[in-house]
Amino acid sequence: MDLLNALVAFLNFVFIPGLAYGAQLALGALGVTLIYGILRFSNFAHGDTMAFGTMVTILVTWALQGAGVTFGPLPTALLALPVGIAATAAFVLATDRVVYRFYRRQKASPTIVVIVSLGVMFVMNGIVRLIIGVNDQNFADGARFVISAQEFREATGLAEPLAIRTTQAVTVVTAVIVVALLFWFLQKTRTGKSMRAFSDNEDLALLSGINPDRVVAVTWLIAAALATIAGVLYGLDKSFKPFTYFQLLLPIFAAAIVGGLGSPLGAIAGGFVIAFSELLLTNAWKKIVTYALPESMAPDGLLQLMSTDYKFAVSFTILIIVLLFMPTGLFKGKSL
Amino acid sequence: MKKLLLASAAATALAGAAAAEEVKVGILIGFTGPIESLAPAMAAAAEMAMKEVSDSGKFLGGSTMVPVRGDSTCGDAQAGTAAAERLVTSDMVKGIVGADCSGVTGAVLQNVARPNGMVMISPSATSPALTTAEDDGLFFRTAPSDAREGEVMAEMLVEKGIKSIALTYTNNDYGKGLAEAIANSFTAKGGTVTINAAHEDGKADYSAEVAALASAGGDLLVVAGYLDQGGKGIIQAALDTGAFSTFGLPGGMIGDSLPQAIGPALDGSWGQIAGSDSAGAATFEEMAKAAGFDGTSAYAPESYDAAALIALAMAAAGSTDPKVYKDKVMEVANGPADGTGEKIYPGELAKALDLIAAGTPIDYEGATAVHLIGPGESAGRYRVIEVRNGKNETVGFR
Repeated sequence: MDLLNALVAFLNFVFIPGLAYGAQLALGALGVTLIYGILRFSNFAHGDTMAFGTMVTILVTWALQGAGVTFGPLPTALLALPVGIAATAAFVLATDRVVYRFYRRQKASPTIVVIVSLGVMFVMNGIVRLIIGVNDQNFADGARFVISAQEFREATGLAEPLAIRTTQAVTVVTAVIVVALLFWFLQKTRTGKSMRAFSDNEDLALLSGINPDRVVAVTWLIAAALATIAGVLYGLDKSFKPFTYFQLLLPIFAAAIVGGLGSPLGAIAGGFVIAFSELLLTNAWKKIVTYALPESMAPDGLLQLMSTDYKFAVSFTILIIVLLFMPTGLFKGKSL
Repeated sequence: MKKLLLASAAATALAGAAAAEEVKVGILIGFTGPIESLAPAMAAAAEMAMKEVSDSGKFLGGSTMVPVRGDSTCGDAQAGTAAAERLVTSDMVKGIVGADCSGVTGAVLQNVARPNGMVMISPSATSPALTTAEDDGLFFRTAPSDAREGEVMAEMLVEKGIKSIALTYTNNDYGKGLAEAIANSFTAKGGTVTINAAHEDGKADYSAEVAALASAGGDLLVVAGYLDQGGKGIIQAALDTGAFSTFGLPGGMIGDSLPQAIGPALDGSWGQIAGSDSAGAATFEEMAKAAGFDGTSAYAPESYDAAALIALAMAAAGSTDPKVYKDKVMEVANGPADGTGEKIYPGELAKALDLIAAGTPIDYEGATAVHLIGPGESAGRYRVIEVRNGKNETVGFR
């Protein structure tokens, strides 16, 4: 029995990756949920909005690196992030003006707008691939580790290593700050309150003199910022590739729906539920269990419920279960 | 096409010679598809060998070899089979250099070569499954089977005193075949494979895959993947989480980009890639340079050897009939068992034809030190690589 090593192995292989992944999903799901709550459609282009924002950020990061600008131990991409957000915001506002406004004026049903967003998704996807290409791009720089496996082993003398990458720490800290800012904005500011009012009851909000165009524009701005931040954090922590961002749409939507579409708190909870379910169900528990149990009971098999290839299947299954039994999600959002 | 026309024109000019004929030989390689970047050099190498034979004027009474290209597509077995069918029934080729990728090669062998009695010498199909495929003695390859690489790797693991390995492979025929070969040979030598798991290429994040590998444990992680793809991701994630510190790197993982991408942490990892230290390799590279293509391109030397073997076997049999000369392929490739055969290197095909005419046994070495074993596949030499100071260094051959 060696509970300490079991704990460290759990932290290293499940908890820390799960925390970072969950934070990235939560930020993505927040954007989806905001658009659903206020603009009333499921934005399938969100994954590619993330890719677009990340692409701009990467290009600016390269320019900064070329000019010799770095951010000390932190990734340079954080400096480039504001430019990425600005470019993405301009892009989605232009999309809204050219595409979505037309359907809003037509009072088109949400189903139609969903398909429209699918079209927007393909266009954005194409633009991103055209500009930066389809390959992996690695743009993380600065110090790689907060605690490296080697240092941890030497400092504690434990057999199991624990590593915390800078990007994982940056992800979690940034996510906390962004979420705090968002909630403050929605709860305390006049614009935030008008957005919530618009989301609760559009007609009543219009009657009380809320300017719908302003609400729509602000929503897009926030969604663009959230998408870019989520995308850049994911790209820093893992790697940037247009196709993976397109695939991220599934766990992000699963997170938003599990939490309850339209509920910001739900999106955050949903992000972590999805991230940890994927990891817990596909993790091979042999090592941790071997440490935790007395030697005589050590398992022979891998104790892996399903192969890691089935990660997406986990998101899908959770999605279906929630839609069947709890269509409004954990936090009573709007049902689909 | 231009080359083809030129070759045909040259052939017509020579047609006056007595009994001289035009011997067409197919080059069935994936000019489109996943290995299209390798195909031009492979085809150029095969054509270079044929030109050498034709130019000598000593091939079957002054006959010439005319290459006919076909696109195997590497990935699409149906398209590859159709291309082979065309070569055999419409172009009337007398032998085929190819196909290239293992899947297509197997399909062409069963659907075209065997029904038509056509000899195929593949320069690049490495799947172990082809070793046991029914071939009526028609199929040979100048590339070694991955089973051999598995054996070589297992031998080195045992020599280094490694008792248990974790194994991960890229999820396709190549990765699966190689991983099985490594696992089988290593287990047969008394080692333990703690896990043999697939990974998908092109993912952003391999931490979950690495968590499973780490959970199974092992002295070393063997990554039978691709260096620019999932293989790199697996190694990076394994180093980041401290799961493994040394890696076994089979052929697909050997390349300069890997140590550059990973950095000093990769030092001490080792592996092997098909490669030869034979005298022929250097000669071939020079000849390739003169002919205007890259002789170090993967499988180009093997392609030269495949084409040369077809020509020499035809000469030795005195016939261009595949059913007749197929029995001579092993003979010209290996020479007599006592090793008295005259060694033939690239650029010496004219000399080889002279020797055959004089009845002296030859032992074709070629660009890759060809030695065919079993059902006619290259025994294979491997370059042993160790990563030192962020660079792949050759530490030996085996």
